[in-house]
Amino acid sequence: MTTMSASETNPTTVAATMPGTREPISIQAVGFDGFYGSFQALKGISLDIPRHQVTAFIGPSGCGKSTFLRWMNRMNDTIVGARASGTLTLDGEDILARSVDVVDLRRRVGMVFQRPNPFPKSIFDNVAFGPRLHWKHSRADLEDLVERSLRSAALWNEVKDRLHASALGLSGGQQQRLCIARAIAGGPEVLLMDEPCSALDPKSTASVENLIRQLRTDYTIVIVTHNMQQASRISDQTAFFFEGALIEAGQTETLFTNPRSKQTEDYVTGRFG
Amino acid sequence: MTDAPHIPVARRLLANRMFLATCITCTGLAVCVLAVLIVSIMMDGVHRLSPDFIANFASRKPDQAGIRAPLVGSIWVCAICALTALPVGVGTAIYLEEFAKRSRLTELIRINISNLSGVPSIVYGIIGLTAFSRFFGWRAGSEPIELGNPESLLYLRLPFGSSVLAGGLTLALVVLPIVIVASQEAIRAVPNSLRQGALALGSTRWQMVSRITLPASLPMVMTGAILAMSRAIGEAAPILVLGAPLMVLETPANLMSEFTVLPMQIFNWAGRAKASFQEIAAAAIIVQLAVLMSFNALAILVRQRLQTPFQ
Amino acid sequence: MSLQAAAAITSAARGTPIPRSSRDRSERVVKSVLLSFSLLSIVTTFSIVAVLGIEAWGFFTGFPDKPGIGLIPFLTGTEWSPLLGGEQKFGVLPLVCGTVLVTVIAGAFALPIGLVTAIFLSEYAPPRLRVVLKSALEVLAGVPTVVYGFFALAVITPALQRVSDAFGTYNALSAGLAVGIMILPIVCSLSEDALRAVPQSLRDGSSALGGTKFDTSVKVVLPAALSGIMASFLLALTRAIGETMIVALAAGGLAQMTMNPASQVQTMTGFIVAIFTGDAQANSVEYASSYAVAATLFIMTLALTLTGSAILKRYREEYE
Repeated sequence: MTTMSASETNPTTVAATMPGTREPISIQAVGFDGFYGSFQALKGISLDIPRHQVTAFIGPSGCGKSTFLRWMNRMNDTIVGARASGTLTLDGEDILARSVDVVDLRRRVGMVFQRPNPFPKSIFDNVAFGPRLHWKHSRADLEDLVERSLRSAALWNEVKDRLHASALGLSGGQQQRLCIARAIAGGPEVLLMDEPCSALDPKSTASVENLIRQLRTDYTIVIVTHNMQQASRISDQTAFFFEGALIEAGQTETLFTNPRSKQTEDYVTGRFG
Repeated sequence: MTDAPHIPVARRLLANRMFLATCITCTGLAVCVLAVLIVSIMMDGVHRLSPDFIANFASRKPDQAGIRAPLVGSIWVCAICALTALPVGVGTAIYLEEFAKRSRLTELIRINISNLSGVPSIVYGIIGLTAFSRFFGWRAGSEPIELGNPESLLYLRLPFGSSVLAGGLTLALVVLPIVIVASQEAIRAVPNSLRQGALALGSTRWQMVSRITLPASLPMVMTGAILAMSRAIGEAAPILVLGAPLMVLETPANLMSEFTVLPMQIFNWAGRAKASFQEIAAAAIIVQLAVLMSFNALAILVRQRLQTPFQ
Repeated sequence: MSLQAAAAITSAARGTPIPRSSRDRSERVVKSVLLSFSLLSIVTTFSIVAVLGIEAWGFFTGFPDKPGIGLIPFLTGTEWSPLLGGEQKFGVLPLVCGTVLVTVIAGAFALPIGLVTAIFLSEYAPPRLRVVLKSALEVLAGVPTVVYGFFALAVITPALQRVSDAFGTYNALSAGLAVGIMILPIVCSLSEDALRAVPQSLRDGSSALGGTKFDTSVKVVLPAALSGIMASFLLALTRAIGETMIVALAAGGLAQMTMNPASQVQTMTGFIVAIFTGDAQANSVEYASSYAVAATLFIMTLALTLTGSAILKRYREEYE
């Protein structure tokens, strides 16, 4: 059990992990600071992300939730001037260490982006992209793997007859589910989702949300969302970020119905943000 | 409302209309120039075009002269230029866009490339002459070193002298900045979301480039490459400095063969006073323009056939 | 369904992993090959500077058997007669003068027409006409310069001679106009790019205030695109200064200090052609002088290019 570092607006320390969980911890942050150049985007974040659960990050724009997410698979490495201190571990291994093989880290920690970003290749080649990077498969194994990934992403029935057609011909919702299939085909342990439904219409959103709920049984999922209804619908645990600090984290139901912090209450009831 | 005198709307509309008239005049003038250029060359040269004109070698008699040697020479030079400039140019662009971190060295390389693109081609000719034809004066005055059999395609003579290899390498220097800049633009046009997607799946940089960025930018890279080659095939100044002979009576047999190119032949004929030489110069220009047009058509075709729409 | 499927994925995917060491090694190899390609461009520049510098230095300071010309006499001398028998004179100013005259004529022709055409294409022309004209410009831009040289000799010069007897077979105006036609597509195409890069919201703002299309184009769009347009002008002038084949065919071979467009002139590039097509000995003073002239040419174009990229850099900052 970790405690959150002091937030100036809310001096009471809060347990970041919800009580009663027996799931082991997948990703753990202790006193984590993130910077862009001299700007401190994340201040002393301490949080446990339990295995095989959905953890939602909520908070107003610019609060650091996406930045934090992008540290978990070191995607921030591609940004000049981004650096971090403190502890961030995956299954107890340091994510931030220089010696970490980021390629392997990103295989273990998959990511789905805000806008669907299918490669300009066929549907099959999109899903097979990750496996081809990391393993030598026979063609039959690969076909099998692609099928199972598409089935897991609830897309198989829609695309099975046009696997070798361009992925860019799919609708937005299908493209996003394809990106999820692509992310799980490499066999990750954790799935990071950065506002995966923000570019989708309500119907596609519903199908992606449905999918996320199903995937939880096999993957640890961290999802950033602007939509509080979405967080309450799909997540087990919710963390509220504000101005780079973690204000409150706990079981989703508790956080929404009985928040400990005034700020959290104002945010979830729609008074700001 | 102010008390200032009001500019009548009619006057402003008149200004608008007069400016439009100026615009149309200028555009019309530009189009006319193009038309006059093409029509005058056609009128001068088209009656000189014949299968013999393509098949014959140069001659002192304009009626028997043809462009076989320069046409084949242009193809050789262009091929050597493409085989050297394209890998180096595209590789440089990939390095600068996908690998290089912002450092003094990469900044220097960037500035340097933009400066190289402004260097006149005749200066490249002088550098090509010094570096490729003479190896900076190495073994000046003594016999060149020969490698391989003069009969074979891979025969080499060091230094290269006024050979087709020296010509191709010199033109590669001329078009290298063009290839680099065009490829950089092509690579930059690939949306970042694709790169992020590839990296997030655990690609290394090179896996990302070779499987995502390069295939996605290929149509634009190819278009740029073809246009760079059409520049190379039209260059005469650097070849002139290298010292291509005035009259070449055979096509290149290997990399060390003497050669001339089509623009050089046009230059030689256009500079003569006799009207019949002017006519065959015009005919050679028609062939040259036909080659260029087919390059352009090829570029458009490549752009359309390989087009991969980004979202 | 998802539970079983996904569990199976994990086990299948962990079949035969590709080892990290081989992946890292190929990554390093690729990176160093690409880096060495990039360094070739530095090597090229270094060779240009070294070759021109060393040869020009010899020309200025002297050879073992001949005295040098000296930098100051070279830069300030007003007579250039390296090939004529008798006394050789190496003052570069007549060549610079010839280059400037041809460039000024070319610029006076191409810059205004190119800019106005660019405004027409970007602001007025209907889309289909624009596409047609843009591709015509692309064709024009791809025409080899020797073709323009032929055009100058075969069409422009005879036309000028019909207007006035003052024009000889070789004259600066004919060459200058041909160079102007050559740079016209560059001015036009790059200025049009700069104009189109101006955000549509600026045009809408001007129209909403009651501006006519003329007001919008000339008072709003043009100033906003000014640095891009200046950069296109500089690039075009750089090409004009370095243009070789047109002046070699149409400008003549007599280096003289004149601003008379009807007289024949020799440009810097024209002189270099004369040396390399003539029968100058490879170790003679006149041969070495071509390197000094080439160095002068290189420095002039370098200055223009650097100015252009400085302007463009500021322009990028405005929009990004």
